[in-house]
Amino acid sequence: MSENSKAQAPDFSNWSCPLPLADYPTIVMGYGGGGKLGNELVENLFLPAFRNAALENLGDAAVLELSGARLAMSTDTFVVQPLFFPGGCIGELAVNGTVNDLSVSGAVPQYLSAGFVLEEGFPLAQLAAIVDSMGKAAASAGVQIVTGDTKVVERGHGDGCYINTAGVGSLRPGIHVGPHLARPGDAILVSGTIGDHGMAIMSVREGLEFESQIRSDCAALNGLIAQVLDAAGSAVHTMRDPTRGGLASTLNEIAHSSDVGVVIDEASLPVRPDVQSACELLGLDPVYVANEGKVVFFVAPEAAEQVLAVLRAHPLGRDAARIGHVTTEHKRMLVARTAMGANRVIPIQIGEQLPRIC
Amino acid sequence: MDMCLAIPGKVEEINTEGGLRIGRVNFGGVVKNVCLDYVPDVVVGDYTIVHVGFALSKIDEETALQTLDDFRQMGMLDQELEGEEAAFARAAAAPQSPCPDGSCSSK
Amino acid sequence: MKYLTEFRNGEIAQRMAQEIRSIATRPWKIMEVCGGQTHSIIKNGIDQMLPAGVEMIHGPGCPVCVTPLELIDKALAIASQPGVIFCSFGDMLRVPGSDMDLFQVKGAGGDVRVVYSPLDAVELAVKNPDKQVVFFGVGFETTAPANAMSVNVAKRRGIKNFSLLVSHVLVPPAIEAILQSPGNKVQAFLLAGHVCSVMGYWEYPPIAEKYGVPLVVTGFEPLDLLDGIRRTIIQLEAGRHEVENAYSRVVTFEGNRPAQKLLSEVFEVTDRAWRGIGVIPQSGWRLSEPYREFDAELRFHITGIHTHESELCRAGDVLRGAIQPAECSAFGKQCTPRHPLGAPMVSSEGSCAAYYNYGRFLSADELASAGSALTGGSHV
Repeated sequence: MSENSKAQAPDFSNWSCPLPLADYPTIVMGYGGGGKLGNELVENLFLPAFRNAALENLGDAAVLELSGARLAMSTDTFVVQPLFFPGGCIGELAVNGTVNDLSVSGAVPQYLSAGFVLEEGFPLAQLAAIVDSMGKAAASAGVQIVTGDTKVVERGHGDGCYINTAGVGSLRPGIHVGPHLARPGDAILVSGTIGDHGMAIMSVREGLEFESQIRSDCAALNGLIAQVLDAAGSAVHTMRDPTRGGLASTLNEIAHSSDVGVVIDEASLPVRPDVQSACELLGLDPVYVANEGKVVFFVAPEAAEQVLAVLRAHPLGRDAARIGHVTTEHKRMLVARTAMGANRVIPIQIGEQLPRIC
Repeated sequence: MDMCLAIPGKVEEINTEGGLRIGRVNFGGVVKNVCLDYVPDVVVGDYTIVHVGFALSKIDEETALQTLDDFRQMGMLDQELEGEEAAFARAAAAPQSPCPDGSCSSK
Repeated sequence: MKYLTEFRNGEIAQRMAQEIRSIATRPWKIMEVCGGQTHSIIKNGIDQMLPAGVEMIHGPGCPVCVTPLELIDKALAIASQPGVIFCSFGDMLRVPGSDMDLFQVKGAGGDVRVVYSPLDAVELAVKNPDKQVVFFGVGFETTAPANAMSVNVAKRRGIKNFSLLVSHVLVPPAIEAILQSPGNKVQAFLLAGHVCSVMGYWEYPPIAEKYGVPLVVTGFEPLDLLDGIRRTIIQLEAGRHEVENAYSRVVTFEGNRPAQKLLSEVFEVTDRAWRGIGVIPQSGWRLSEPYREFDAELRFHITGIHTHESELCRAGDVLRGAIQPAECSAFGKQCTPRHPLGAPMVSSEGSCAAYYNYGRFLSADELASAGSALTGGSHV
C-alpha cells in the first residue's frame, strides 16, 4: 500500500447490508471460510474501497486487457494447518491453487509469484520440503515461479509458514467463461469425488484426528481443463474449483451471479465411501467440504456427454459425473433431490465449517 | 457434531490405555480410538454404536438383518395382492359376452 | 457404512410411507423429542411423506437450546478468562449468549477449542498443567456417560485442572411436563433411540399407562423413523398405549447397566430450568457430592452477569412444539443461522436450524415447484 493513502476507519453507516459487519467488530474465523461471512467482507469492505469493473465480477481471476493482450490474474493465500497432510503440503496447494484459479477463468497459466511469511524458529528442513514441492508442482503444471518475497515475523506470530501466490496467464481466444454466464438448461458436471481435501486435513487436525486412507486431491487442473475446452469450446459457460465452502458454496455463488436456479441429484454426487464415513463421524456434509483438485463445469446440454467422456479419459477426471442442471425456477438457490425423493434447499455456508483448510 | 450423533463401527482391536479399555473401531474406512468401558461384552469383530468417543451399545447383527428384511418385505406383499385383486375386479366388471368362447358375433 | 446406509434406502422408504398412508384413517399428532431425529425428519423430508393428517410436532430435543441463557453467559465468561482452555463440541461455537458467542470470545483472544470427546479435554488438562481446562457438558442422557467417565478419570488420576460445566437434561420428565401442560395436543411420542441405548426404556411404561399415550423407541435413519411412526399409528388407530421398541438392534429394555451405574455415582437428579419452558422438577443432573470439586460453576465464581433474552425470539414456543419454526415472525428475517436470535437457529439439533438449512423457508408451493424442476429436465 502506498504511503499517501492513509487508512480511515470504515464508515458503517453507509453500508447497505441490513446486517452490518459491526455485528462482529473484529475479524472472526468465519471470515476466512469461503462462505457468506467472507463474501460480506469482500462486498462491504474491499469492493467499495477498490471499486473497478474487473473486480466486480468476483470471479476466481480478474480478466484484464494489457497493451492489447487479454490476460487473467489471480492471487491466493495459504494458511493451511497442519502444513503437511496426507496427499500434500502447503507448497503444492499454493502453486496448484493459483494455477487452477487461472485455468477456470479460461486462461493458460504461465507465471507465478510466491510470497512467504515465515515464523522465527521455523525449521529450514520443513521450508526446504515445502519449496521443493512447489518447484515440482510448478514444473508439473508447466508454469514458472518468476518472482517472490520472504518476510520473517517473531516467534508466536506466524504459525510456521504462510504462502501467497499470484499468477498471470493469457486468456484463450474465443473462450468466455465466468460465474455470471451459466444459462438455464446447462448441464452441471463435476470432475471427480468431493470432500477429499477437507477430510484429509481433518484426519490430522488436532482434537479431531482419525486414521484413514483419505488423501488430499490437490492437483493442477490446467491440463484437464485445456482438453475440455479443446473439445467443447464455447459450449463451456462456467468453470469453478470448489475450494473452501465446498461444492455447495460454489454452486450457490454461481446461481447468484448468473441469477438462475441450480438443481442437483444427491444420489449422483461422487463421494468416496471413507470420505462419507469421516463426514458421518464428524457430523459434516460432503457438499460443504473443501476440494483442491476438482472442477465444476456448466456446459450447454448438447455438449455434456462429450465433456464427460473427455473428463473420464483423463487421470484427474476418472470419477467425473453429471450431477444436475440449471433452471429458471427458484432463482439464486441450490436445491437437491434427496435419496428419499424429497427436495431440500442447500444454502451457502455461513462461516467456518472447517477452519484453516487451505 | 450433535448430541445424539452415534454411528455404527466395527471393533478391530482392543487395548488398555490410561486404565481404560480402548478399541480401534472402523467406521466404514475411518478408524478412531473408542472407549469400550461401557460395553464390557463387546469383542473384536463386533459392531457397536459410538457417541463422542464412547461405545454405548453392541449392535445385535441378527436383529439388524432381520429388521432390514422386515422393512424390505413391507408393502411388497400388498403390491402382489393388489395386482391379483384388481385384475379380478376388472374382469368381474367387464361386460359379459353371451358366447364366452367367441363363437357368436359380439354385436 | 454398514448398519447405516442400508437404513437409508429410498425405495424401501417410499414403500413404508405407502404402508403408513394405508393404515392412518384419522389425524394424529406425534412428537419426537430428540433434535437428531428432528433433523433427520426434516432433512430427509419424512414429514412430507406422511399422510396429510399425521403431524410431527418437534419437541424440546435440543439440549443446547434448553440450556438456560444464564449458563451460556457463564460459559462465555469462563471462556473469556485468561489461563482457561475452554472446550466444547463444534456446534456450541455460535450459540448466542446475551451479548456474544464463543466465536467472538475466540476472536478476542480466548482459548476456545473444539473437541470430539470429553476425554480429549481431560488429555488437554494433562498436557497443560498451568491452565484450567473446562469442558462444556451439555446434553441428554446420551452424552452423560462420556461426561461421567471424563470426571471419573480426572478424579482417579488426580487431575486438578480439569472441570465440567454441566447442563444435563432428562427425557422422561420433559415428556411428562409436555403431557401435563394445558392445551397439550401431543397424542404419542417417538422416544430418542440413543438416549434409550443408555437408559433402556424401563422408565416409560408408567408414563404410557398414566397418560394413555403410545411411546415407541425409534432410531434416526429414514427407515427407522418411518418404522417408529408406523408402529405409533398402528397403536393410535387401535386405541392402544404401550411402550414399544422399534430400535431393537441397539436398544434393550434395561439399557446399558455399566453406564447407568457410573451415572448414578457421578450425577444426582436436580430440578432444572428449561429455557423457554420453565423449571421442570427433577429433570436434570448435576455432579454429585464426591465429584462436586469438578463443577466449573463452583470453581469459577462468575458474578455480574446480566442476562437478557431477545424479545423477538420465540424459542420457547418452538421447543414446546406450540409453533413450527416458520411460524415465528423473525424466522428467516431477523433470525437466520448467520444472525441467530436464539439457540434453536444455530445448534445442530435446533428445529429452527433444521427448517432453515433444509429450505423450509420456501413455501410448500415453491418447494414443490423446485421438485418439478428436478423431474422436468430430461437428464438429472
